[in-house]
Amino acid sequence: MMWNERTLTGWGRTAQATMEVGRPERPRDLAALLADTNGTSIIVHGAGRSYGDAALNEGGRAILTQRLSRLLSFNEKTGRLVCEAGVTFAELMRVFLPRGFCVPVTPGTAFATIGGAVATDVHGKNHDRVGSFGDHVEWIELLTADGRTVRVSPKARPALFAATIGGMGLTGIIIAVCFRMKRVPSASLQVRERRIADLDSFFAAFEEVRSTAEYSVGWIDALARGKRLGRGILETAAVAEADPAKPRRDRQRRVPIDLPGVALNPVTVGAFNDRYYRRVPVKGRERLLPADHFFYPLDAVQDWNRIYGKRGFYQFQCVIPDAAARDGIRRALETISAARTASFLAVLKTLGGEGKGMLSFPMRGYTLALDFPRRSGVEALLDQLEGITLDHGGRIYLAKDAVLSPEGFARMYPRSDVFREILAEVDPKGRFQSDMARRLNLKGGKS
Amino acid sequence: MSDQTWLVLGGSSAIANAFAHEAAAAGHAILLGGRDLDDLKRSAADIAIRHGVAAEALAFDALDYPGHPDFMADCRRKAKGTLNLLLAFALMPEQSEMEQDFDLARQAIEATYLGAASILSAAAPVFEEQGAGRIVVIGSVAGDRGRIKNYIYGSAKAGLHAFVQGLRARLSRAGVSVTTIKPGFVDTAMTWGQPGLFLVASPEECARACLRHADAGAEVRYVPWFWWGIMTIIKSIPERIFKRLSI
Repeated sequence: MMWNERTLTGWGRTAQATMEVGRPERPRDLAALLADTNGTSIIVHGAGRSYGDAALNEGGRAILTQRLSRLLSFNEKTGRLVCEAGVTFAELMRVFLPRGFCVPVTPGTAFATIGGAVATDVHGKNHDRVGSFGDHVEWIELLTADGRTVRVSPKARPALFAATIGGMGLTGIIIAVCFRMKRVPSASLQVRERRIADLDSFFAAFEEVRSTAEYSVGWIDALARGKRLGRGILETAAVAEADPAKPRRDRQRRVPIDLPGVALNPVTVGAFNDRYYRRVPVKGRERLLPADHFFYPLDAVQDWNRIYGKRGFYQFQCVIPDAAARDGIRRALETISAARTASFLAVLKTLGGEGKGMLSFPMRGYTLALDFPRRSGVEALLDQLEGITLDHGGRIYLAKDAVLSPEGFARMYPRSDVFREILAEVDPKGRFQSDMARRLNLKGGKS
Repeated sequence: MSDQTWLVLGGSSAIANAFAHEAAAAGHAILLGGRDLDDLKRSAADIAIRHGVAAEALAFDALDYPGHPDFMADCRRKAKGTLNLLLAFALMPEQSEMEQDFDLARQAIEATYLGAASILSAAAPVFEEQGAGRIVVIGSVAGDRGRIKNYIYGSAKAGLHAFVQGLRARLSRAGVSVTTIKPGFVDTAMTWGQPGLFLVASPEECARACLRHADAGAEVRYVPWFWWGIMTIIKSIPERIFKRLSI
């Protein structure tokens, strides 16, 4: 049987959809699934790590890529890797880190797939230096709506390439991706942590490290108010020259049940955030850590999304351009802390510039990301945050989003018109669809 | 690196592919045989990159009976060290469609039984001459008893079970072990979307068990093991009751 009715959710579990789901085991199956039209629309669902409705298609079909996860070629000299779209970052790290190669860019979870990384143009803690994932992609093998497999690159069909990078899976099905792994002397990172007292100090610290540190990320206590607003920890890291003699062995933890809603409140979360802040000594500290500790702190807890209970949570991530960042981030943090919603640590990072994709998220500026449990009033808060982002010329990250308005999207993504033109050309019948595409009118058509 | 090579037939299937990875992780070289050569080449590349062993894709057609002796001789030449064989191909169309269309039933029986009997017949002298090696044949719980839901495919597997039983006796005299694996429900393309499945095992779990039983030279094994109990019960139901059940 080709199709199987399933209900899938985004990682935040606020959005869900019941769809006919296919799970191809080889590229030939993929073509057969696409050809089995029946007039319904399709979206690819990779690891299900986008937070909202990007990989959902209520009433339509979805294609799982988890079994299309092969490494097709690897050149030890150049680091050039070709792999199928369903390969995860975790797989790549497991196979290649011991051989002295690391992915050039990684999102904050290793469970995401390479196909997803292309379709959302993910960025990491080194965006200032190296750009987003799409900046490292040499070519993409794409199965388009007409059933043809095309190879797109910055030189071959550049417009379709730019529409596919960050294109939320709407240009076709990504079969394989070619990009370069980077050579690293070890699988460890030398990580420096220091306390940052408030938001102004954070900006000052980032201005100092964003052009010098290989990796950098800030953790902000989103419940701190007043003089403490924006206090947190700044982590900077560089690949270590060598691994420690005794590698650490880690326990994988898991959240076995959906926590009840009352478990998270400003008191418990505030206490957690406070502890997180104080665990770093006043004078800072420097440690040698396995790379995955630094890249994927949350992956150590499997199914961590269950902490937020059955109702799920929203993640908000925006970027504000440099010039307006101090004001915009402050306004956002003030709004968030005043709402007293139980937000765990917020992440503050710098981004280096625009991505190659027409819908790429990054721009030069500061990006803020945090979770909100889904409770009454949180949608209104997210609406306010959308307004603040717009007022400061910023952008909301589609991979995280579940609630952005179509008007907001159109203002944040000025290249969306060109994107729609490409879609009209490559998928005139609108085979590729998602709940997000309908919500944000990504494909155009509605006035 | 070991001095063994596993020839995996039906190499595009999820169990076969998972088995090839298990064997490669143990340092064995891999030959993947099947019809979708392009797909097998991708899998061979994947195995070679991940495990650092030699892996090659070979065109193999279960229905090309006259070509099977040459195919086996070719594999013997390509194999480094002892050649082992995993037979994992089968064709299982919908029972209801096969009831309507005997041609479809014939195709299923040909691929699942005749194709397997043919390649095993061609493999037997190669293994006898080698005087060592492991053969693993993927059977099915469907072959344990003819059920209304799946008796055409089940009959082909039942025939294969009997064939392999005899082959086991023959090859044991040459120091070659022949293992029949009867998987229960495994999460593969064959079972995707089928209603009413329970206790579904992953292809990786199934593959690990196959390799373990092969290494131990086991005869017949259910995978996962508890299917032995389930099938013992199903086999013990008297026919006059069984014919009324819709399992």
